Amino acid sequence: MNKVVANAEAALEGLRDGMTLMVGGFGLCGIPENSITALVRSGAKGLTCISNNAGVDDFGLGLLLQTKQIRKMISSYVGENEEFERQMLSGELEVELIPQGTLAERCRAGGAGIPAFFTPAGYGTEVAVGKETREFEGKHYVMEQWLRSDFSIVKAWKGDPFGNLIYKHTARNFNPMMAMAGKITVAEVEELVPAGALDPDEIHTPGIFVTRIFQGTNYEKRIEQRTVRKRG
Amino acid sequence: MALTKEQMAKRIARELKDGYYVNLGIGIPTLVANYIPQGINVVLQSENGILGMGPFPYEGEEDADLINAGKQTVTLLGGSSIFDSATSFAMIRSQKVQLTVLGAMEVADNGDIANWKIPGKMVKGMGGAMDLVASAENIIVCMLHTNKAGDSKLLKQCSLPLTGVRCVKKIVSDLGVFDVTPDGFKLLERAPGVTVEEIKAKTEGRLVVEGEIPEMVV
Repeated sequence: MNKVVANAEAALEGLRDGMTLMVGGFGLCGIPENSITALVRSGAKGLTCISNNAGVDDFGLGLLLQTKQIRKMISSYVGENEEFERQMLSGELEVELIPQGTLAERCRAGGAGIPAFFTPAGYGTEVAVGKETREFEGKHYVMEQWLRSDFSIVKAWKGDPFGNLIYKHTARNFNPMMAMAGKITVAEVEELVPAGALDPDEIHTPGIFVTRIFQGTNYEKRIEQRTVRKRG
Repeated sequence: MALTKEQMAKRIARELKDGYYVNLGIGIPTLVANYIPQGINVVLQSENGILGMGPFPYEGEEDADLINAGKQTVTLLGGSSIFDSATSFAMIRSQKVQLTVLGAMEVADNGDIANWKIPGKMVKGMGGAMDLVASAENIIVCMLHTNKAGDSKLLKQCSLPLTGVRCVKKIVSDLGVFDVTPDGFKLLERAPGVTVEEIKAKTEGRLVVEGEIPEMVV
């Protein structure tokens, strides 16, 4: 089994206008930097992007907003991006905001073959409008449906040719669920190791969920809020 | 005198109980971590996937792969764990996280909370707030009592889109501490030098004042 491709361009073979993408990451942490650059270069338009955030103006998914390649964003929090807010308020960009836990679970459900589930999040709010609600043991829940993608694009720390992935620290976030929910799942990794080099007990995403894998280059790993304390 | 941000955080820290798993929201709630009382051990949960979150790193030790839900660089304490976002909200929805502290734009006297959207003006998104308020057993809201124009933010009914319904249990504002009860906001403590009359005047929602209201020790 060898899922290794040369680079992000090769990994995104088959990407078309109007497709639905899942893009891993929380803020700028654990985002597939190489693939986002390749998405910009591809010029693909009318994309629906499912990602917890929308990057910042000049990095992450913000780059795809600047080029107006995104038609619709499905996210939980978009507060760090002025261009996003401008496009949303002007109506250029369609936006679906959903609770973070619901977003995570909808991706997980998509990857787990579960079309819908009930969650208490958003009951009684505008998030629940038009959705089925039901009471279980005295508490109200909202039915939410799975999310699936044409391409899921994730970033991991280490990976092998089978597509097995290990994430580092909080760069894990949405990546494992999104990896499960793609028709095609692309994984870019900081370190591509030979088959057998990863401890099977420590793998976060089993390779079966990954279609193509490549070794990324030149990671910037930008920090959004650099907070430190003084020594002593 | 109304409480400062630090005093509000310090007062909320007194609500922590030994052994609690706690989620602290962005802003003033984050400061609560600085005032955890001696002898109380709590584990901080960050919804992007940490249990056992530690303080900010020393300069030069920041790791871009290790941030909290506010996207700030943080550290891990001994015994911490890392997990994905679905697992994170699994522990939130199943009430394993016992206390949530978060900010609010408005709270109603039935426990409704609004903190994610001002239609036509500000739409940042709810992040994890809707999941947290829908599930936590114990929700403390940390907020300023009035807005910049001086209007009450403790209301009969929220005017902004809701984040959750009938979920807030306690409020620590810059003017006092309140329980949310079936009869409305029950005043428990006043900020030093703040009178019951001032709190009454600045609370639009139903306010319950029973007996002498002690002044908060800060």
